[in-house]
Amino acid sequence: MDKYLYIGVMALVTFLIRILPLTLIRRKIENRTLRSFLYYVPYVTLAVMTFPAILEATQTPISALAAFIAGILLAWFGAGLFPVSVVCCLIVFVVEFFIV
Amino acid sequence: MHYKRVENFKRGLRVGIPIGLGYFAVSIALGIAARNAGFTPLQATVTSLLINASAGEFAGFTLVASGAGYLEVALMELVANARYLLMSCSLSQKLSPSTPFIERIGVGFYITDEIFGVSMTVPGSLDPLFSLGAAAVASPGWALGTLCGAVLGSILPTQAVSALSVGLYGMFLAIIIPPARRSRIIAAVVAISFGLSFAVNRLAVFNFMSSGIKTIILTVIISLAAALLFPVAQEDSDG
Repeated sequence: MDKYLYIGVMALVTFLIRILPLTLIRRKIENRTLRSFLYYVPYVTLAVMTFPAILEATQTPISALAAFIAGILLAWFGAGLFPVSVVCCLIVFVVEFFIV
Repeated sequence: MHYKRVENFKRGLRVGIPIGLGYFAVSIALGIAARNAGFTPLQATVTSLLINASAGEFAGFTLVASGAGYLEVALMELVANARYLLMSCSLSQKLSPSTPFIERIGVGFYITDEIFGVSMTVPGSLDPLFSLGAAAVASPGWALGTLCGAVLGSILPTQAVSALSVGLYGMFLAIIIPPARRSRIIAAVVAISFGLSFAVNRLAVFNFMSSGIKTIILTVIISLAAALLFPVAQEDSDG
């Protein structure tokens, strides 16, 4: 039973973190620096989370590095979310077929 | 107007499919961790339905298994999920100021790295129904993967899990690279983020920090530096 209490604590803290800014900041922020900061946050945080974490997600960093480079090239030349994602998976599968 | 909102929801559903598939694969490992920590499959699934956060759940399961108290678990969640605070701030600027309270809560509840990422790609202001559409597909994938992991352990061969685990990173690249092609500043910001993240993760000096803390500190420092050096005009930040 106390597992559910733990789950409740985890869920409550996570919920508050997620909804407080969204519900409290109800108008456009006028401060230019703060607005610029929030503009850059998504790019920075997704980039930071992707690399080098991707290298540890697979059986060998080589397959992940190949997928990383291919993903950047594909996205650069206009491929969408799903194709980039699928090709990255396939590259890991194929590379690991040969070297693991 | 109403018709347009239904369309936005459907668009969200479509975007949610690859996210849900990726989640299914990733959350199998989470289900296994939950089982090892003494959670039943039902408890593990409920956790995933309520929390939708890989690092936060993983850290939570590990702490509970080690006999930690409630306060400790609460603090851990605060740290592991603090990046959602930043994402929530960013999203508050992406919503129209007239967005009702209940829709704000809906968007907030389903902030994950991926749903946040796709929500920010919408041109102009964000319709909460788009994010909720994505969540309607992605969240069940997350919960089902957790359930499978907790019940069956590793049902997929290692090679398949390994391949699927880069799917979400591929999606991140597809979100950040196209804007980087259009703007040299964003391209530089992304390249510097990759480089500094690599350095901080490889240098032993930073080993005392968890990966969640590293993500937050790097995000704040790099975004702040970019904001001070290259402030954006009003039109740009409206996306």
